[in-house]
Amino acid sequence: MTESPFSLTAPLTDEAILALHSGDNVLLNGVIVTARDRAHQWLHERFIRQTIVPTPEDQQVYNALKAYLQNGLIYHCGPLVEKSPDGSYHFIAAGPTTSTREEPYQAEIMQHFNLKGVIGKGGMGAQTLQACVQTPAAYFHAVGGTAALTARAVVEVLEVFKLEFGMPEAMWVVRVKDFPAVVTMDAHGQSLHEQVLKRSQNELERLIG
Amino acid sequence: MANLQTQLLELILLTATSLPSDVENALQDAAEREAGGSTAQNILNTIIRNVAIARKNATPICQDTGTPIFHVRYPRSYSTIELKNIIHSAVAEATQKHYLRPNAVDSLSGQNSGNNLGDKYFPEIHFEEHSGDDLRITLLLKGGGCENVGCQYALPDARLKAGRDLEGVRKAALDTVFQAQGRGCAPGFLGIAIGGDRATSFLASKEVFLEKMGEHHFDPAIAALETRITREANQLDIGPMGLGGQTTLLGTHITGLHRLPASYFVSVSYMCWAFRRRSLTLTYGKAFYD
Repeated sequence: MTESPFSLTAPLTDEAILALHSGDNVLLNGVIVTARDRAHQWLHERFIRQTIVPTPEDQQVYNALKAYLQNGLIYHCGPLVEKSPDGSYHFIAAGPTTSTREEPYQAEIMQHFNLKGVIGKGGMGAQTLQACVQTPAAYFHAVGGTAALTARAVVEVLEVFKLEFGMPEAMWVVRVKDFPAVVTMDAHGQSLHEQVLKRSQNELERLIG
Repeated sequence: MANLQTQLLELILLTATSLPSDVENALQDAAEREAGGSTAQNILNTIIRNVAIARKNATPICQDTGTPIFHVRYPRSYSTIELKNIIHSAVAEATQKHYLRPNAVDSLSGQNSGNNLGDKYFPEIHFEEHSGDDLRITLLLKGGGCENVGCQYALPDARLKAGRDLEGVRKAALDTVFQAQGRGCAPGFLGIAIGGDRATSFLASKEVFLEKMGEHHFDPAIAALETRITREANQLDIGPMGLGGQTTLLGTHITGLHRLPASYFVSVSYMCWAFRRRSLTLTYGKAFYD
């Protein structure tokens, strides 16, 4: 049943995260950072696994990002962004992208930055769920495709990193207001995605034998 | 032809920002069927609200404006070289105007071209000459999330115990829906091609997305299978965005192709709820959009 949603403001505390349970409706506020495939790979290779030596420029970007990501939120999103003549940016369309592609990186990135959560769609796997318990953090499910609606929740673009990755893949630092989402993986180890998967698997076996 | 570029630009804007009425009606009906106050109903209502806002503000329904797929039926008097050039110019202009997100990434260098123009397959254009006088251009915008969950099966398939018959097709289709969970942005639509080679099979599985919702195959046995696949997929309780509920699929279309005796492909393409399909028809100097 619909209950009035929790309002949460990033950066977040462990207490705020531990109070959340799978199925809760929330409204997210504060500063969040978009990051998708290239950003996750870039962070992972240079600053976590360290298989590639970061350049001084990489290091600067990392330091600036770290300030936003500690106790913060990553949004899996490749937005459509307009640049105004005065040089400022604004989001035209900004729904979530599929999160599972970040599964190989997410748990380590979550723990490295002490992220309090990620926002995306489709849910994530066992490693990320475990990291949600350990960090603690939560997975916030936004409604895929609802780009016009979610773009309205993005009230300000503060800065952008690695724009050379292309508009969808760059890391956009934005302030959001009343961004609607559902908690589908919580810090207590519950995953709505796991439950739906199990139920649908049982039904599939019944239907196709 | 300068006029045609403007008309194509209008077609692209319309496709990206305004969902066809048959799709919107199917979403409305689904929202009414879900239990009052359920997560499934809330999500469908959010989707419907987003569709209205996108149309009112003329901004994209989804930020992933997808692969632009054009189907062009042209009279004998037209040149496909010229048509292709105009489509390319319209796509680049639409990207500059933020109707489309820059979506063409060079897979070898990793560079985004910035204007949605890439190799000979991006944007995707299919030409068909016909004997009439009208020019009809249909545009599909198919996002990457739903494209990633499409599947191709070479039957027989031991894992699914699926043989080379319609029962095997049913098993393959339900397996695709199960594997996709919510990641294709359910509730979705399936386009299924039986037969062909690997490439033509996938191509035909997307061509059926040109048909309107609720249309069925002329063969009653195939039409019954379309209905059955949709009904059974909705029993999986995957629901809108994969968070549970009765609405996982809004429809299924099946087509058949000739195949080699050795091959029996079943290609299942998944279209997300943001089923963006619009057409431009030019006839006797007038332009119509539907």
